[in-house]
Amino acid sequence: MEITSAPRPAHQDFLEKEYQYGFTSDIESETVPKGLNEEIVRFISKKKNEPDWLLEFRLKALARFSTLAEPRWAAVSYPRIDFQDIRYWSSPKAKKKEDAPGKIDEVDPDLLATFEKLGIPLSEQKRLTGVAVDAVFDSVSVHTTHQKELEAVGVIFCSFSEAVEKHPDLVRKYLATVVPAGDNFYAALNSAVFSDGSFCYIPKGVRCPLDLSTYFRINASETGQFERTLLIADEGSFVNYLEGCTAPMRDENQLHAAVVELVALKGATINYSTVQNWYAGDKAGKGGIYNFVTKRGKCAGERSKISWTQVEAGSSITWKYPSVILQGDHSVGEFYSVALTNNRMQADTGTKMIHVGKHTTSTIVSKGISAGDSSNAYRGLVRILPGAAGARNYTQCDSLLVGDRCSAHTFPTVEVQNPSSVVEHEASTSKISAGQVFYLQSRGLDLEGALSLLLHGFCKEVFKKLPLEFSVEAVKLLEMKLEGSVG
Amino acid sequence: MLEIKDLHVETGGVPILKGLDLTVKAGTVHAVMGPNGSGKSTLSKVVAGDPEYAVTQGTVTLEINGRPKNLLDMSPDERARAGVFLGFQYPVEIPGISNTVFLRTAFNAICKAQGIPEMDEAKFDALLAEKMARIGMKSDFAGRAVNVDFSGGEKKRNEILQMAVLGPRLAFLDETDSGLDVDSLRSIGDSITRLKHPGMALVLITHYQRLLDYVKPDVIHVLVQGRIVKSGGPELALEIEKNGYDRILQAAGV
Repeated sequence: MEITSAPRPAHQDFLEKEYQYGFTSDIESETVPKGLNEEIVRFISKKKNEPDWLLEFRLKALARFSTLAEPRWAAVSYPRIDFQDIRYWSSPKAKKKEDAPGKIDEVDPDLLATFEKLGIPLSEQKRLTGVAVDAVFDSVSVHTTHQKELEAVGVIFCSFSEAVEKHPDLVRKYLATVVPAGDNFYAALNSAVFSDGSFCYIPKGVRCPLDLSTYFRINASETGQFERTLLIADEGSFVNYLEGCTAPMRDENQLHAAVVELVALKGATINYSTVQNWYAGDKAGKGGIYNFVTKRGKCAGERSKISWTQVEAGSSITWKYPSVILQGDHSVGEFYSVALTNNRMQADTGTKMIHVGKHTTSTIVSKGISAGDSSNAYRGLVRILPGAAGARNYTQCDSLLVGDRCSAHTFPTVEVQNPSSVVEHEASTSKISAGQVFYLQSRGLDLEGALSLLLHGFCKEVFKKLPLEFSVEAVKLLEMKLEGSVG
Repeated sequence: MLEIKDLHVETGGVPILKGLDLTVKAGTVHAVMGPNGSGKSTLSKVVAGDPEYAVTQGTVTLEINGRPKNLLDMSPDERARAGVFLGFQYPVEIPGISNTVFLRTAFNAICKAQGIPEMDEAKFDALLAEKMARIGMKSDFAGRAVNVDFSGGEKKRNEILQMAVLGPRLAFLDETDSGLDVDSLRSIGDSITRLKHPGMALVLITHYQRLLDYVKPDVIHVLVQGRIVKSGGPELALEIEKNGYDRILQAAGV
């Protein structure tokens, strides 16, 4: 197989103002030719020194993928994707010959500079306090901070590749147990070609002393990003997990098809927060990330809890439904979401709560904000199986329209197969009115402050669930995205 | 303090104010009365800077730090931070934001603009509690979302609370008396009177004499078809109460 090394051209700096993470880094990378086939899959697996079982897993997924059709049921429209026109591997070139980047002094200083520019310093001196970060650049995990502190309490937090190498039994035990390789079109694709991602294991009874975080950065052009996150919280453990993502501004669309699997055993709690700020394309809808992601958690043990909180403010198209399978009795699933679309962005997002165990509870709070010419859909499924006696769901689904060219849709589905369950659904649609903005301005708040207050008010229940630093970021991000849409 | 000259205003292409003149001095209370549709609310909204209204001619000048400034060059929030306040006839609901957070944010925005240190949460809570007690508002209104599920009277009282907290130099109160029962009217009227001070100009927009029983005006203006056709002392309000607008309209030839 031929491997090409190409320095990336830096360009489009003049557009940076609109999307401050839109820069490209001039990092030498190792890429494969475009196209998807068995050879590529074998190449990726070999590149990562994977054991045979994992190669088999990939090949099976590829075979499954070729039998599946691209889903078309979402309320989004885009030209057909040519899956042979995408590059499935791009890795920042390692300085030493056979080493993948990993140790901080082996990481290309330009890469470190890139993450620093993104507000994610990785070096020992500058790294964020209180949060351990796994930094993923294109297909590869660049560095994971705070590993020593975490090891001291038995927490494993590393790149997926490292986990395959050092903890193969754990990976093999849990991989694809929540999202099977053939679950859906994009999950199958990911299972065949996934490059890297984060792995995390919290041992029994451990309350993770740091928040864990993965920061995803797409840099290379015409390259898909297919990372995988696997997070296992063993009995009685607790973890907060944060995820952030940005990408350069490019005129062509780029595909991001990730899989995230969470497993919460008996009495464990996982809080998973995402602030998604992939490049969303320009005002006319040119460029941007296609964010087709499968995220699912399994409350495997009794009294376990999985809570998804997401602020979706980027991507040209978002197609994602962080879900919870409530298998353990008395387990709890939550989904708190703010999805903002502006200009030509399209979002079809929501959740699935599958109640299997007795007295399982789920809460869904979805806040959709549409501005410009965008379209924003909530799609949700609450399924209560016959055995889920005493199950409860509460769903609140609010849409906020900014301007009169955007649209908001809700597609809630409720399937109740158990007579002792209680399901509640509330929905509302409102508008940010010029009257509200004027009222706040007439009290001394400038336009930005007025907008910020109105957004806060609308998204309050979701922001409350975010870690503090994240919620400040999230509000700023939403304000920035809405600038010029009101008044 | 405030000088409005030859003000022409339209909204949606319809002319509303057609050459309005009004001068208000610091420390005085003016009442603007007039039949429905004469442009009273428009006047107050234009002074506050509502973008729904377009000024086609004329000037609105406010004395700020001893210097005349053209209000029309300023955004609504700049005007507010310079001391302009509008008590809304129909106060707007802000879901999800408590009165406390709303007022603290506004208060600190004004402090910042005027170079005064911003107030921390604890101090502001104490200030708000004191103002609410004076105005006769129950303490639970501090934590409730701005105007959401407030009765008509509670919304009006909330406007006066905002005025009390923000301490404007020029306040237009647009039909603060409408929709109030007798007891509320007295209580709100007394609150307004207590908020008056020699550095402040107050313009009451009202249909009725009854508010003026509690807030004594210095000057009464009659606004008809977009212009002030008659001004006079407090007795003018009594005359209107007794005889209606007909005679004034006839005398003014409109």
